[in-house]
This record gives sequence, structure tokens and C-alpha cells, in this order.
Amino acid sequence: MARIRSFPLVAWLLLACGTLVMASPIYWMLATALRPRAEVFAAQPSLWPSRLVWSNIGAVFTQYPTLQWLANTATIAVIAVAITVTINLACGYAFAKFRFPGRDVLFFLILSALMIPIQVILVPEFLVVSWFGLLNTNWGVILPRCAEAFGIFMTRQFMLSLPDELIEAGRLDGAGELQIFWRIVLPLSRPLIAVLVVFTFMWRWNDFAWPLVVLTDQQHFTIQQGLNLLKGDPNPNWPHIMSLALISIAPMLAIFVACQRFIVQGVANTGLK
Amino acid sequence: MAAAPRRPGSPGNGLRRRVFRIRRSSPQGLVPYIFIAPNLLLFSLFMLFPLCYAMFISLHDWDLVGDTSFAGLANYSRLVTDPLFWTALRQTLLYAGGAVPASLALGMLAAVGLNQRMPGRIFMRSIFFMPVVVSGVATAVIASWLFNDNYGVINALLERAGLSRVNWLSSPSWALPSLIITTLWLRVGFCMIIYLAALQSIPRTYYEAARIDGASALQQFIHITWPLLRPATFLLLIINVIYSFHVFDLVFVMTGGGPGFSTTVLVQYIFNLAFASSEMGYASAMGIALYALILAFTVLQWLAGRRSEVAMGGG
Repeated sequence: MARIRSFPLVAWLLLACGTLVMASPIYWMLATALRPRAEVFAAQPSLWPSRLVWSNIGAVFTQYPTLQWLANTATIAVIAVAITVTINLACGYAFAKFRFPGRDVLFFLILSALMIPIQVILVPEFLVVSWFGLLNTNWGVILPRCAEAFGIFMTRQFMLSLPDELIEAGRLDGAGELQIFWRIVLPLSRPLIAVLVVFTFMWRWNDFAWPLVVLTDQQHFTIQQGLNLLKGDPNPNWPHIMSLALISIAPMLAIFVACQRFIVQGVANTGLK
Repeated sequence: MAAAPRRPGSPGNGLRRRVFRIRRSSPQGLVPYIFIAPNLLLFSLFMLFPLCYAMFISLHDWDLVGDTSFAGLANYSRLVTDPLFWTALRQTLLYAGGAVPASLALGMLAAVGLNQRMPGRIFMRSIFFMPVVVSGVATAVIASWLFNDNYGVINALLERAGLSRVNWLSSPSWALPSLIITTLWLRVGFCMIIYLAALQSIPRTYYEAARIDGASALQQFIHITWPLLRPATFLLLIINVIYSFHVFDLVFVMTGGGPGFSTTVLVQYIFNLAFASSEMGYASAMGIALYALILAFTVLQWLAGRRSEVAMGGG
């Protein structure tokens, strides 16, 4: 209790100012998105919009293929989560709970190669995807990012701590390997699965560089590419851009509010261990 | 272990011996390989192969439509003589040199502050951490609006404070600082969370003992907090340097590498070469150079981190 009183007011004020600075870009996005157009281009804009113009947001849906972009992004993210999380769980499980020749070499190989940012291999990756005829398709965006180092690493760390006895007991009871994975290992891994799902969804929703290379047809754009398209207009319509930014961020903020605990855990665990 | 018996020096052929060895060390036989197979397949197709292929392409004159011809190391020697490559490299290093230390310092300050009990700390932590879920594109778009020369709120505030307006994104000298400031918004919360986790693992008794010995808050920070945060700092340094070296979304959307080439970082330059001027061979060579750079920095930092740990007596 003594610490509460002894915490200096100056430090609290500094942190509060920092919080204000961190929150202000999001507030300004909101304020611009909902302002009457004339107020947006004032030399000294007012802090609060004089009235809220919700039709700005509606206009973004009618004037651009926003709904299509949202649907594309959601499709990519959901399919990517399903595939990525499934194969990463299986792979991490094998690395944690089996002994087999080549295990350590493979693990090191996968981890070290997956630390390569996709930006470094944009060119060959683009050529591979175009050979498969996957340019301008969702699969072209999804498949190259499925073998995610983060997921394999997290799964292995998590599953190392699951007791071997449970798996052995399953084997003695005559359960098949897939059954053991499905009935024993996965139910014990729910917190891990939650972290993987949240992060993978967030990454695929927010991806830009790779979709930009694969998807060149506006109908196939993700929401991030749509946002970039609006921003690239020689005469940018800032209220519309801010409305679209708001639309693109809203699902992420909802996930943040609902799953903050998992996100913090994910960052702290992979950061330190 | 239900291992198959393997007689030493048995006359079986090589294949048989190998099968025996697999059975011996893994009672589940092929099961683990089946579990890793889907991941390994995608990994080989979309990571391992492209990486090797990049090296192959980098040895050729390669554009998307025309012929390709073997060029030897010409693309690499072009790197050395291309002034734009050096400009891009310098800007990448400047960007990293500005963004990395500042986001670590601010992240540490925020963590040390928000580790204390005080009103509203959970809320403040959430706000600091929130940008972690915001995409690079959305951040870039919002920052472009805040930094807008004519209608941006930052210039409006500067004017109201009696200062002169700044052409943030349209002047070559201010564009890179604008990018760095935006990066701080995006990265400080991430650093804060890692530091908070590290702070919470420091036993409270250390501080109690220090207080009994009469150590001031500043002394406690210098002699307990700072050295015990060293592993976290080291880790954040590596993560943030790698992030800075391959930054793309922010630059591409906010400035497109301009004005002029004043914010053209390496990945932006690679992107322009590959997808605007279709010089795949040269772009691949530069990608490999960037990869080597990231690898070299990581190894250097790792060695430096190990040496300082040894100097501290393994602590």
C-alpha cells in the first residue's frame, strides 16, 4: 500500500501524456472519418467534429469494392488460419514428443530458414507462385506463408511440457497415433491453439507486401491493398481514407479487446523463451 | 524400448541396416515423419526452394518477358558500383539507427513506469500495446494524414504553438524522421511488453535488500533493473534490427521511397527493380545481399551479447 502513495505524481503525469500521444492517432482517424468534409480541410481543425457524419462510412462501401475487399481478406485469413495452425501443431508435436533420425537437423533448418523475411525472397517466390498458376488467387497468398516458424516453435515449447505418460498411456490402451494427437494432445493444448489462431489471423489480415505482389487485379485485393489504393489517388479523399482505415482496423481492435491476454502471452513467451 | 534387434556386424546390406536404425531410435517408425510432412512440403516448396532459386537467378540477366542469360557475378559487381544501392543501404541503416534505440529506450521507460502500482496502469498498458494489432498500411495511412503538409494536425499544432510548419513528407530531409517517428508508435508497445515480462521475473527481495542498504530509486535501477534487463534488451535489439532491415509497408505507403530517393530503403529498391523495371536477376542479388546483412548483424549482436554475459560472470 505504501507504494501506491509513494509513486511520484510527475511520473504518473508523464505516463498519462505518453498514453495520450499513443491514443491520439486512432482518435484523429475516428474524428476525420466522421467529420463533415468541409471541416477536414480547415487550416486549424477543431478537436471535436461539429457533428458526426456516419454517411462517410456508408459512402466508402458504395463507392469502392470495400465489401469485396473485406470478404477477400476474411477468406484468406480464415483459410490460412485453418491450414497454418493445423500443420504447425502437427509439426511442433512431432518435434516435441518423438525421437527420430534427423529431428534436430530438420528443426534447426526449418527455424533458421523461416526467420527469413519474405521480402528477401520476393522475386523467386513470385516466380514459383506464377508457375503454379496461383497469381491473382487466394491460394497464391495463403500457401507460401503456411509453414510459420512462430507456430512450430511455440507448439514445440508448449508440448515439451506435456507429460509423456499421458501419451504412453494412450498407446498402451491401443489408441492410434492420430487418435492420441486428436483426443489427448489437442484438448490439453487449448491455450496454445488460442494464441496461434489469434496471431495467425492478425498477421494474414494485416499482410501487405506479399498480397501486393500476388494480387494485381482490384477485384482480388485485400483490404490493406484497398487502403493503399485510396491513399495513392493523386487527389486523396482523406475522410474516405480514414473511414476505410477505421473499417480495416475495427476487427483487429475487437480481437485486441477480447483476446488481449493471449496476445500479451504470445509476445512475452516467444520474446523471452 | 521395443527395438528391433540389430546384430553388430551383421552382413545385411546398407538399406536393411538403415531401416533397422530408424526402427531402433524411433519406436513409432514413420509416424513423426507423417506429422511433419505437410509442413515440410510447404516449407520446401515456398521457402527452401525460393531461397536456393534466388541464388540461381542472381547469376543471370533475367527479366520477366525476354530471354535470360548467364551473367556470372555481374549482378554482384553491379551492386558495388550502383550509387543507388549505397543510398538505399545508408537509408536503411539510418532508419534502423534512429528507430531501434529510441523504441527500446521508450519501451523500457514505459515498462519500468507501468510496472509500478498506480491508478489506471492496466488501461495505460493496453493503450501503449494497442498498435501491435494495427497493420503497417493503416498506420502509414493515418500517419500520412497526421503529417500532411497543408491539413495535417501536427502542423496545425506546431502553428498554434507559434512554431513554423514543416513539410514532413514532401521534403527530403524530414521524410525519414517522419517514418522513424511513425515506427516508434508501432513498436514501443511491443518492446514494453517484453520488458514488462522481464521486470516481473526479477525477485522483489532484490529491491527490498537494496532499500535496506539505503539505495535510492536511481541506484536500484542502475544496479538491479538495468543489468537484469540485459537479456531482454539483447533480444529486442535483434528483433528490432531485423524488423528495420526489412521494413516495407510503412515506407511504400507513406512515401513510396521519395521524395526523390530520400526514403528508398533496401526492400523498396528491390521491389522497384523487380516489379517496376523487371530486373529480376539484379533484384535477387540485392535480396541475397540483404539476407547476408541481416545474418551478419544477428551473428555480431549474438557474439557481443555472449561476450558481455561472460564479462558479467555468466549472469
